[in-house]
Amino acid sequence: MMLIREFELRCMQAYQDKKIGGFCHVYIGQEAVAVGTIAATEAKDPIVTAYRDHGHALARGMDPKHCMAEMFGRIGGCAKGKGGSMHMFDRANNLFGGHGIVGAQIPLGVGLAFATKYEDEVINGGKSNRVTLAFLGDGAMNQGSVHEAMNLAGLFDLPVIIICENNGYSMGTSISRGTTMGHKIVSKAAGYGMEGVEVDGMDVVETYGAMKQLVDRVRETSRPIFVDMKCYRFKGHSMSDPRKYRTREEEEHYEQGDPILVLKTQLESRGFTDDQFKGIQRDVRAEVRGAVEWAEASPIPPTSDLYRDVYREKWGPYTGSSDPEMLGGAEKPCDSPAIDPKADLL
Amino acid sequence: MANLNLVQAINLALIQEMEKDERVLILGEDVGVNGGVFRVTEGLHARFGARRVVDTPLAESGIIGTSIGLAMAGLRPIPEIQFDGFLGPAYDQICSHAARMRTRTRGAFTVPLTIRVPVGGGIHAPELHSDSPEAIYSHQPGIKVVMPSSPYDAKGLLISAIRDPDPVIFFEPKRVYRAFREEVPEDEYTIPIGKARVVCEGTELTVVSWGASVLQCMQSIEKSSRSIELIDLRTIFPMDLEAIETSVKKTGRCVVVHEAPRTGGMGAEVAAQIMERCFLYLEAPVQRVTGFDTIMPYYKLELNYMPDASRITGAIEDLFAF
Repeated sequence: MMLIREFELRCMQAYQDKKIGGFCHVYIGQEAVAVGTIAATEAKDPIVTAYRDHGHALARGMDPKHCMAEMFGRIGGCAKGKGGSMHMFDRANNLFGGHGIVGAQIPLGVGLAFATKYEDEVINGGKSNRVTLAFLGDGAMNQGSVHEAMNLAGLFDLPVIIICENNGYSMGTSISRGTTMGHKIVSKAAGYGMEGVEVDGMDVVETYGAMKQLVDRVRETSRPIFVDMKCYRFKGHSMSDPRKYRTREEEEHYEQGDPILVLKTQLESRGFTDDQFKGIQRDVRAEVRGAVEWAEASPIPPTSDLYRDVYREKWGPYTGSSDPEMLGGAEKPCDSPAIDPKADLL
Repeated sequence: MANLNLVQAINLALIQEMEKDERVLILGEDVGVNGGVFRVTEGLHARFGARRVVDTPLAESGIIGTSIGLAMAGLRPIPEIQFDGFLGPAYDQICSHAARMRTRTRGAFTVPLTIRVPVGGGIHAPELHSDSPEAIYSHQPGIKVVMPSSPYDAKGLLISAIRDPDPVIFFEPKRVYRAFREEVPEDEYTIPIGKARVVCEGTELTVVSWGASVLQCMQSIEKSSRSIELIDLRTIFPMDLEAIETSVKKTGRCVVVHEAPRTGGMGAEVAAQIMERCFLYLEAPVQRVTGFDTIMPYYKLELNYMPDASRITGAIEDLFAF
C-alpha cells in the first residue's frame, strides 16, 4: 500500500511536470482494495480492471519501473510505451489490463472466467479451479455492457468476482445522483442470480479476510459473486478535477480513515514501531525514485514503431506514406512472438 | 469434392476446425439448438455439445466482449452476430478492445477472434437486417474484414480467419447463402486473407467488387462484348492493392461495385488508390456503382437500391464512351 501511495504521489508530480501525458488517474485512498483483493488470489487467477489501474498492476507484481516507464511513454514500459496510464497489462502476472472504456472490461472478465472454466473442464477434463477478478467503478454500474456481462456470468455459472470499487463518485456525479439503489448496489446482483456482498475497502485486513473467503468459495462452486467494495478516492477523478462536487469537510472525514494509517494503528498494537514505518517509507521512496529515473532514461519509441504490432504480419504504410522513417519501420519484420497453440493458453 | 452452397461450405469449415482444435468454440444468439437463423451452425450443437456451441442471451456487446476475453486467454471463439445491423451494439467492444489489444500491449496480448456476420440485402429483409457496414470496420486498424462471394472461397477464407492470430470480421452475403452450389473440397484448405481473386480475365476494363455484388457483375460481364476483367477482393481490408494496380495498369479503366452506400464506401478507397498508383494509365475516371446514400429501403424497393447488372453495364458503357 505504501509503495502504491508513493508511486501515485510521484505520478502526480511527474504529470504536473508534464513528464506524463495521456491522462492520469491516481489510486490514492483506494490502496487497500487492490492489495487486499489481489492478495486473496493466486498468480494463476486472471485480473481485469478499468483505467485507475496502477495500484492493481503493482499489487499483482509489476515492476514499478515498467509501470512508470509506460506512463512516460518509453520503450521500457510494460507495453513499450504504447499503452499508457490506463492500459497496464502484464502477461506474466495474468493482468489482462487496464481498460479505458467505462464498464466495457466486465464482458472481458466474464470471457476470461469462461475461458479458464472451459480450459479446466472441457480441454483438460478436470474441475474449474481458477477465479477471475473483474474490477469496475461505481459509475460503470450504469453501463449496459456491465449488465449484459453480469447476466452472462450468472447464466453460465462462471467463476468470476465482479468487484465494484465504490468510491461514491462517477467522475463528478455522486452515486445517489447517478445510480438507482445507490445506497445498496448489491441489490443489483440478485437480479442476475448472484450473491452480493458488501466489503469495507478502507481496511486492508478486513478486505483481505472477506475476499479470501469469497475467492475460496468461487474456486469451489464456480459461481459468480458481486462485491460492493466501499472506498473513497482521496484525489480528483483525474489530474484536472477541481472537485467542486464534494466538500473539503467530507474529504477530511475520509482522510481520517486513510487505509495506510488504519493498518499502521492495527500493527502498532502488535508492536510495530514508528521507526519501522519510516523505514518502509524510506524504502518505497527510494524504489519509486529509482523507477522515475529509470523511466526517464528509457528511450522514446521511434516513429517507425507506429506500424509495429497492428497485425501479426508485417504491416506498412497502407495509404502510401512517404515519410522515410515510417517506410523504414514498415520494412522491419514484426517482432511479436509466434503463437504456440498450447503455450498460448493461460 | 461435394457440391455445396455457401451455408454448407461454412458449416463444413466450422465442423472441421472444431474437430481439429478444442480451443475453437461457437457462441451467439440461437446458434445452438436452433442452428442459427440462417441455419449456418445446424447440427453443430448435437455434434459438439452445449459447452462448445453456446446459445447466448440477446446481448451483442456481451457476446463480443466475452469472446474477446476468451480469445485473450488463448481460445479461438467464433461468435455469430445474427444480422449486420446488430453489430452496432458490439461496435465498442470490437473497436475499443479487439482491434487495439495487440498494439496497446505491444503484442503481449492478442485477440484471435472470428466474428461471423450475415451481411447485405436481397432477401426481402428490412433495414438493420440488410446493411453493408464493411467500410466502417475497414476504417479501424487492427481488424481484418473478409467477405467471400462463393462457397469455395468461403470455406478456405473462414479456416484462415479462425487460424488468424488477429480479429477478423467474416461477412457472409445473405443473398449468396443459397444462391448457387459449387464444388468444394472436403479436405481442409486455406485461402490467404488479403488476396483478391481474378474471376475472369480481360484487357479493356477492370471491375472491382466483393460480396453478393460479384454475382451482379458477372451477369453484366457475360452480356458484354468487351474484354472485361473482374476482381473479387474477397478481403476488404487489408485490400489487395497489387491485384487492383496490376489489372488497372493493363486495362486503363475501372468500375467499382458495392452494395454499401456511396459516400465513404470502400469504392472511394479503391478509386483513391487507383489515382495514386495508376493515374497515367487511366483512359477514363474511375466509376462507382453503389447503394445510395440512404437507409436501406424496405424490401419492395431493395432491388432498386442494390447495384444490378443493368446499372453496372451502364457504368461500363459510360467509361468506353468517355
